[in-house]
Amino acid sequence: MSKHHVSATINGEAVEYLCETQQTLLDVLRDELGLTGSKEGCGSGDCGACSVMLNGRLVCSCLVLGVEAAGAEVATIEGVAQGNSLHPLQQQFLEDAALQCGICTPGFIVAAKALLERNSNPTETEIRYWLAGNLCRCTGYDKIIRAVMGAATNMRQEARHG
Amino acid sequence: MATVVLQGELARRYAGGQTTVTIEAADYRALIDALERRFPGLAAAVSVRTAVAIDGVIFQEPLLEPITQHSEVHFLPLIGGG
Amino acid sequence: MGNEKQTFIKNPTFKWVGTRPVRPDGMDKVTGRAAFGADYQLPGMLVGEVVRSPHAHARIKSIDVSAARALAGVHAVVTAEDFPDLPSEIAAGGEAPINFRDVSHNVIARHKALYEGHAVAAVAATTAAIAAHAVALIKVNYEVLPHVIDVREAMRDNAPLLHDDLFTTGIDPQPTTPSNIAGRTQFVLGDIAQGFAEADIIVEREYTTQPVHQGYIEPHACAAAMGADGMATIWTSSQGHFMVREFCAKLLKVEIGQIRVIPAEIGGGFGGKTTVYLEPLAMALARQSGRPVKMVMTRSEVFRASGPTSGTHVWVKLGAKRNGTLTAGEMILKYQAGAYPGSPAMLGGMTGFAPYDLKHAKAVCYDVVSNRPKCAAYRAPGAPMAAFGVESALDEIAQQLGLDPLELRAMNAAKAGTRALYGPKFLEIGYAETLAAAKAHPHYSAPLGPNQGRGIASGFWFNIGGQSSAAVHVNEDGTAEVVTGNPDIGGSRASMAMMAAEVLGIDLAKVKPIIGDTAQIAYSFLTGGSRVTFATGMAVVEAAQDTVRQLRERAAKLWKVEFAEVEWRDGMAYCTRTTEEPRAPLSMAAIAHSCAKTGGPISGTASINASGAGPGFGTHLCDVEVDPETGAVKILRYTAIQDVGRAIHPSYVEGQLQGGAVQGIGWALNEEYIYDQQGRLLNPGFLDYRMPVASDLPMIDTVLVEVPNPGHPFGVRGVGEVPIVPPLAAVANAVSRAIGIRMTDLPLSPPRILATIDRAKRST
Repeated sequence: MSKHHVSATINGEAVEYLCETQQTLLDVLRDELGLTGSKEGCGSGDCGACSVMLNGRLVCSCLVLGVEAAGAEVATIEGVAQGNSLHPLQQQFLEDAALQCGICTPGFIVAAKALLERNSNPTETEIRYWLAGNLCRCTGYDKIIRAVMGAATNMRQEARHG
Repeated sequence: MATVVLQGELARRYAGGQTTVTIEAADYRALIDALERRFPGLAAAVSVRTAVAIDGVIFQEPLLEPITQHSEVHFLPLIGGG
Repeated sequence: MGNEKQTFIKNPTFKWVGTRPVRPDGMDKVTGRAAFGADYQLPGMLVGEVVRSPHAHARIKSIDVSAARALAGVHAVVTAEDFPDLPSEIAAGGEAPINFRDVSHNVIARHKALYEGHAVAAVAATTAAIAAHAVALIKVNYEVLPHVIDVREAMRDNAPLLHDDLFTTGIDPQPTTPSNIAGRTQFVLGDIAQGFAEADIIVEREYTTQPVHQGYIEPHACAAAMGADGMATIWTSSQGHFMVREFCAKLLKVEIGQIRVIPAEIGGGFGGKTTVYLEPLAMALARQSGRPVKMVMTRSEVFRASGPTSGTHVWVKLGAKRNGTLTAGEMILKYQAGAYPGSPAMLGGMTGFAPYDLKHAKAVCYDVVSNRPKCAAYRAPGAPMAAFGVESALDEIAQQLGLDPLELRAMNAAKAGTRALYGPKFLEIGYAETLAAAKAHPHYSAPLGPNQGRGIASGFWFNIGGQSSAAVHVNEDGTAEVVTGNPDIGGSRASMAMMAAEVLGIDLAKVKPIIGDTAQIAYSFLTGGSRVTFATGMAVVEAAQDTVRQLRERAAKLWKVEFAEVEWRDGMAYCTRTTEEPRAPLSMAAIAHSCAKTGGPISGTASINASGAGPGFGTHLCDVEVDPETGAVKILRYTAIQDVGRAIHPSYVEGQLQGGAVQGIGWALNEEYIYDQQGRLLNPGFLDYRMPVASDLPMIDTVLVEVPNPGHPFGVRGVGEVPIVPPLAAVANAVSRAIGIRMTDLPLSPPRILATIDRAKRST
């Protein structure tokens, strides 16, 4: 069985890869492209650890085939920081101790970023429902929700002053 | 004399049902040697499955711990955690 | 002996301890750079897959691997035949006695498969697709046997027998016929007959809890490679790489020195990663193939084949006088161990009554095997189920006597000098302080609306110490590395660096915490039992103190003064000799820079076996609203209060309380293993095994009560276990009060609550 040749844009860079038909986008990112920041917690779209943006839409990359990303723009956790400059969400996760083991953190940051891009001032309830597809077993979510609220505040202030 | 408390199977099987024993010993090693002389087989029985509480402090490996005149010694199941 | 030379550091004005700096490994974790168990890729690496039993109980009559072996791309196939047949013997483990025969049989079934998902063979192939194909080609000839799941059914005389060589221990004389009851343990204090005779009221109830999984988000994952010299290297995500090394050496009969284990970042464990599943298989496959092998469990495999905790049946009888004084308590605890002996039943028996000053108490604990995966530790193993019973019974006593449930607990609270059912007397403990903090918290006096209820419950855990090593290497420029041997599961690098910086007196940014692999640091017992900040922290403090001593010696040499004439303050050496002209203070950097002149590199080490872990107590408040139409429970408000000794990094201590509370809420409300008639798990995925998500919960408020532990230089108590102990009863008490019916069976899922409400309506 021959592999598929796929061209896509990943974190702003043109990328070409070969993948098998059954390989998921998550498999491609992790195993073919070495982008291991997206994690596999379940493989069934229930935990959100593999969250990426596909053409501007938040998806579980374990539910997308590698071939489906042909011609698409994919954004992963690896593209969230600009070089060594952290995104306000990443900074707030650190300052609020919003992670313990850290395995779910990339998915939460990608998902929360998607939320703040469409709603710069979400309520606690809106954040909780938006992130209901991301499982965390360590924190009880408290500090994660606070970090997202804090980052949103910081980003709004930055937008006003910037 | 330190007080050694034996619960359940230890008392029944090795000490003829006696649940409290007094022993003169300067450290745990001397205490367990003395216990073994009095109740053969007890030392082996507490060597693997057991932690030891000496005056309220739990030790997994008490061999060299000091024992005082007023010490109270208990044998407990090993305690782990998650 | 570790704490003998320790002195408790009383100074309340710490520079780092008690502050909330950004964790040193944080950058890598928020950017996706941190390498977890499945993130390792080696040249020529094969993919390993496991063949698992589809039956809950079956004799393995034969395994034909020839077709799989012949498949192109398959490089290794192993079965139990490729592993030494170990004798049954109890070895002294660090946490619990270990029978390595059972561990071996659990890793790969020999003769019998004892649960659905039990590994029977493993393959390694060039791709995942080929490995999956090879798995399908392995023909296992099973003789399906009757199975048993439920703990009480497994205890019956005519129950299907898992092991024909299992004879109940703890009964005199020991039975001569085998059964599924591995052991009976009993704890007795005083005379319960007398205690119950003194009681004005007695509450007696049966409680059940369902088996639940730790639910770490990272599935088990590892990679193994075998050098031409026979040296094995294993990269794995575990709670203890020294444990992995020891277990693999035992199971594959090689010397410990032939294995090096590199700790990956670990994506949650909660006790579930304190044993091995994949590592010995990966090592055997790597040995056979001569190539590196990577193995990663699917979520379904995690649920079906890694260790959950027990489903339980707990009977509780509590007696009290009219004024609320408890007179006696009795418990019978029956816990599923899974396929091999070793449930935490006895820990339930030891902990359930521990918060209370009971003169007369008794607990009888049964460890029972059944056709489920062998249970593994889960946060305060065994304690939440016992506390569910005891704390629920207390709530009923409070209701029947018309007493405030906090008052009832306060008047019976254990304190220094109280004798625990398991024997010794408590030293300094802070249970009463958690009750006082609960009483004073605004949560406790907030009004409740219709269909709402407030539940109170407390919990206890021993906490442990154990063996730990630490090294502090002073670099040429005065920065330092702190090397320890414990995987960082929840931010422990931060607390290690903070304690080292505190003792060294230098800026936290100058201290880099490193987790050394098994070849880089001396033995350290695993990350579990809430021991790392306590025991490994103690090793770090001692290593840093050793480093300070060396720095003072070097300064003395440079100044040509006596050691005693050098003081160490704020990261600088000061000379106290006043008879000569003053010597300018020397910084750590200055001393380090000239270390070659004064004797070579400066490196402090400590290897200890820490004792003196202070027990922990917590009290939780929970408000719920029950929807009478659907039976759904909404958690409205939750407050977790705990004696934490001293919080090194309060944010991560709060995080332990919040995370433990929410795991307990999941256990109380929704989580359960559901089996079909054949003993197959019906819900091996996150969709149907319903762990709490963000929208299920409110913020989890915390109160850190600090009653310092005199057994630790900074007063640390372990904090990770206690928070999962109270929530089962806190939630159940809240629900019971909200609907006016006592709930004794978990989980309190909507169908169960609705059925209970409907039953009550029909009977009135």
